[in-house]
Amino acid sequence: MAEADLPNGKSMTIIVTKGTLDWAYPPFILATTAAAMDVNVTMFFTFYGLSLLKKKLDLTVNPLGNTAMEMPMMGGHMKMPNIIGMLPGMTGMATSMMKDMIKKKGVASIEDLREAAQLSDVNLIACQMTMDLFEYKNTDMLDGIEYAGAATYMEKALTSDINLYI
Amino acid sequence: MADETLDAKGLNCPLPILKAKKALAGMDNGKQLEILATDPGSVKDFEAFCRTTGNKMIEHDMDGSVYRFIIERVA
Repeated sequence: MAEADLPNGKSMTIIVTKGTLDWAYPPFILATTAAAMDVNVTMFFTFYGLSLLKKKLDLTVNPLGNTAMEMPMMGGHMKMPNIIGMLPGMTGMATSMMKDMIKKKGVASIEDLREAAQLSDVNLIACQMTMDLFEYKNTDMLDGIEYAGAATYMEKALTSDINLYI
Repeated sequence: MADETLDAKGLNCPLPILKAKKALAGMDNGKQLEILATDPGSVKDFEAFCRTTGNKMIEHDMDGSVYRFIIERVA
């Protein structure tokens, strides 16, 4: 949808730098909601955020170094000390717990939110430099996305009402 | 009486808003959409949605744990 078609004429950009399951939520929730509120949205995926544009997502939650993370357990909340978080299998366990909770609480999957973003014409831009740096192929990535660099982002950001870095 | 009903019960943020937007987009101006939701955040969120998009909140109330909104498509 062209900007002129949107009644409020507002626009937002988000730089997405993180590619874990938990960090994938804020940018996709804000982008899809803003698009639903007639805001023209651009998401620029760079560094680890770029993996969120891969056709096949395999997202994990890593408890290591994530010391504020609390998981509901047996009526209380359990923190995960780093010494436990570093044990083999803990990332898999935290990921499957998080995915269970997501399903149980009626929270959308990242796949669903990403599809909603595409359907509502959110502009998805993959950082070309990161593509080269991490040796991703265009065929690994979603169809219909753009490939560009910092200047493309800046041009958009300079005329946007909201610019976020996540 | 609303023209269409959207059952968003059990869905969490931002799904009720996304589904409401999609439903409203398929309706003509002046038609009314009834939304049923259980997300407690949806009360504030639908008010903000309406203020920002120009769609009109006709009424909202609560029946047990279900929130009910009627929104008229304006824009």
